[in-house]
Parts: sequence; C-alpha cells; structure tokens
Amino acid sequence: MLAKRIIPCLDCDLSVPNGRVVKGTKFKQIRYAGVPWELAKQYYEQGADEICFLDITASADKRETMARVVEETCREVFVPVTVGGGIKSVEDANKVFKVGADKVSINTAAIKQPKLVSELSRRFGSQAVVVAIDARRKGSFWECSIYGGRKFTGIDALQWAKKAESLGAGEILLTSMDKDGTKEGFDLELTRAVSEAVNIPVIASGGAGSLESIAAALSAGKADAALAASIFHFGEYTPNEVKEFLAKKQIKVRL
Amino acid sequence: MRSVENALLKLGEKPLVTGSPEKVLEAEKVVFPGVGNFGQAAETLRKSGLDKAVKSFIAEGKPFLGICLGMQLLFEKSEESKESKGLGVLQGAVQKFPATVKVPQIGWNQLELRDGKRLFKGVADKSFAYFVHSYYAAPGDESVVAAETEYGLRYCSALQRGNVFACQFHPEKSGEIGLKILKNFVEMRD
Repeated sequence: MLAKRIIPCLDCDLSVPNGRVVKGTKFKQIRYAGVPWELAKQYYEQGADEICFLDITASADKRETMARVVEETCREVFVPVTVGGGIKSVEDANKVFKVGADKVSINTAAIKQPKLVSELSRRFGSQAVVVAIDARRKGSFWECSIYGGRKFTGIDALQWAKKAESLGAGEILLTSMDKDGTKEGFDLELTRAVSEAVNIPVIASGGAGSLESIAAALSAGKADAALAASIFHFGEYTPNEVKEFLAKKQIKVRL
Repeated sequence: MRSVENALLKLGEKPLVTGSPEKVLEAEKVVFPGVGNFGQAAETLRKSGLDKAVKSFIAEGKPFLGICLGMQLLFEKSEESKESKGLGVLQGAVQKFPATVKVPQIGWNQLELRDGKRLFKGVADKSFAYFVHSYYAAPGDESVVAAETEYGLRYCSALQRGNVFACQFHPEKSGEIGLKILKNFVEMRD
C-alpha cells in the first residue's frame, strides 16, 4: 500500500550568497531557519519523504543561487526534490532538473499561461510537474491567488485543479492561505474537496501546526501528502516523529 | 539521470554518463535509468544504436540494472506506445494501472521480496521504495520476479534473470534502502 508522505518545505531567500531558509506567517513576518542544503540533509536523515524548496525571492538573477542549492542538496539527499517559485518557462525548469531536481512546482506561471503545464509535462513527464494552488475562501468557493498571495484572480480552486490535471500536472500542491503559517491546522474542507475532484495526488500545505492537524489532513482531508515548514524548522518535531504519530493513528507511512 | 550519478558517486563509484554504444560495450557494469515515454525512448535507443549495444552487453553476461522506464524497455511491448517495440530482452508486456487507483503512482510503496535475490541482500522484506509510474511490467516468465508491490493489483516491482536486474522504483531516490540496493549491484561479482 502506498504510504502517505511528509514533506518539509524550505522557503528560501536567495538574496544572500548560498541562500537562507526563512519562514513567515500568512505570507508575511519573516524568521530565519538556516542554510538550505544543510537543513535539507538534516530532514532527509530524519525521515523526510521528499524535500521541497520554494524560492520566495523569485527574481531572475537569483536562479543561479537556487541551482547551487539544488546541486549541493542532491549530492547528499536521496529522496525526491521539488523546486518552486518563479519558474516561468521550460528553460527555467530545465535548469533545476539539470542539477538534480525531480519536480518543479508552478503557480503564477501556470495560471497566466496554462500551456506551460502541458509543455513541461510533455517534455519532462507529468510526474515532474506539480501545480501549486494558493487559495483562500471567498463566499461559496475558494479563490486562487498568484504572486505569492499578493494578487487574487477570481479563479475557482476546484475548477483550476481539474484543469491542471487535464493539462498534464502530476500532482497538486494545495496551500490554504487562510491557514498558512498560522499553525491552526489545515483547511480540511478545501483539502478534501480538491482531493475528491482530481485523480492525481494532492499535497496539503499551510497550517501544519499540530500532529493531529497533519493526521486530519491525511485522513479526513484525503490528502496523499502533507507539506510543512514551521514545525520542522524550529525543532518542534522531526519528520520521523510526525510519522511515528501517524503510524499510531493507523495511517500508512514509511518508517 | 543526474540522481543516479549522484547516488553512485556517494557509493564511491566513478560512473560515466554516456549515450555512446561503444562506451556501453566497454563498461563493466551498466545502469540503465529512464523516464518519459516508452515509444520515444525505444525510438531514441534505436536511432543511436544503443538498443544493439544494450542487447550485446546483456548477452555477454555482464551486470545490468534497468531502472523505471529502463526496466520497462527490456520487455517486448507496452500499452503506452502500442506501435513501438521494446528491446525484447525479457518476455512479456508493459501494462497500464487499473482505473481504480490514482495514476501515476507517486510515492513510497513496499517491496515484497522473493527469497535469495542478490539485489536485495541485507534489505528487509516490506521495505519502502520510491515509485513514479503509470505502467508496470508483466513478465511472461514468473521466475524472473524479485519483488512485488501492491497498487490496485500486485505487480512485479523488481526482477532478476541471470545478470539482468531491474527495478520499477527509483533506488537513487529511495533513501538509505535505495543506496543499499545500488551498493549490492555495484559490488556484484560473477
């Protein structure tokens, strides 16, 4: 049986040499957590099922720094590595694949030019294309945002998830903006709605505050994986500790 | 590709990444990773002459490890590209997962190991490995199965026939267990 995955997410500020991992709440208020590849290796050794880097600076001139981060990481980390943030073209994606990344995660570029999803999928395979959706509740639906939560699009997250699948996305990385970084728990309703709407894996993100909330996202929320940052960065739990808890709840994990 | 190279470097090997049939024939051992589409990959192999090189290499009895699509290409054909021919090193066909499960399978799943398989020396039964695939190989000859995995059905997730080894999962992305499997392969002696 396929195990549920626990994925530490490293939000990277690449404006300093080698980059640094940061963590904000509700997309604001920044705290520093360490050197990207050192943290990645630590999480790998502590049982992370995958590693995800998000470039929160996302300006073109920082691409080389991300390439370095991925390259250093992949020498020592033997689980899948995803890179997101500011990937706008097949070339941008190719650059991180060449240094060892397994998947790219795209949000703004996918919404602005959906064709990019199909191009990436055709070129690198659907397994390499993660479409990230940042959504918040708006009345009767969830609205997608772009530019790291700075602009709202009016697009319905459920509709967009289905479209992304049909374009060739291999996974959906779903972030609840109402909950992100708040540690209040995932938005279970949103997670479940998207998981039921598509036939590709859904990674729940945003609001992994307690072990219970992660278990809920994977069971009641029907997510295939959970992505979290704060609970790992500040030493509250290791990935294995999270998984031991899930195993006790009869959730299948790799231990 | 890069990941397999990184894993082999980590094990202290000096892998040569090549698309040259001559280099393949000169090698002591070959790791044959692959991602993408069955038909396109088969076509690329034929155009470059790598198909013949791989078959000759295997015929010489030297250790060969196919990974993911590199496992599937060893078979005769695939539902993914019905008009294309695989290398036909092994009997059988590559089939699509049933519609009852999410496709592609992405993530960590368990290996149910057959006894006495060299690739899995020191690896515990039911160990987890990382999989990414929409199709699986169904060998015509049951005796080649080295491990099975459950995903909508039970399928062959690793095989061995003489010096030909293959895994549907990615050992280079399967943590310490994966490195152990690759180590077993690189340390193999006749």
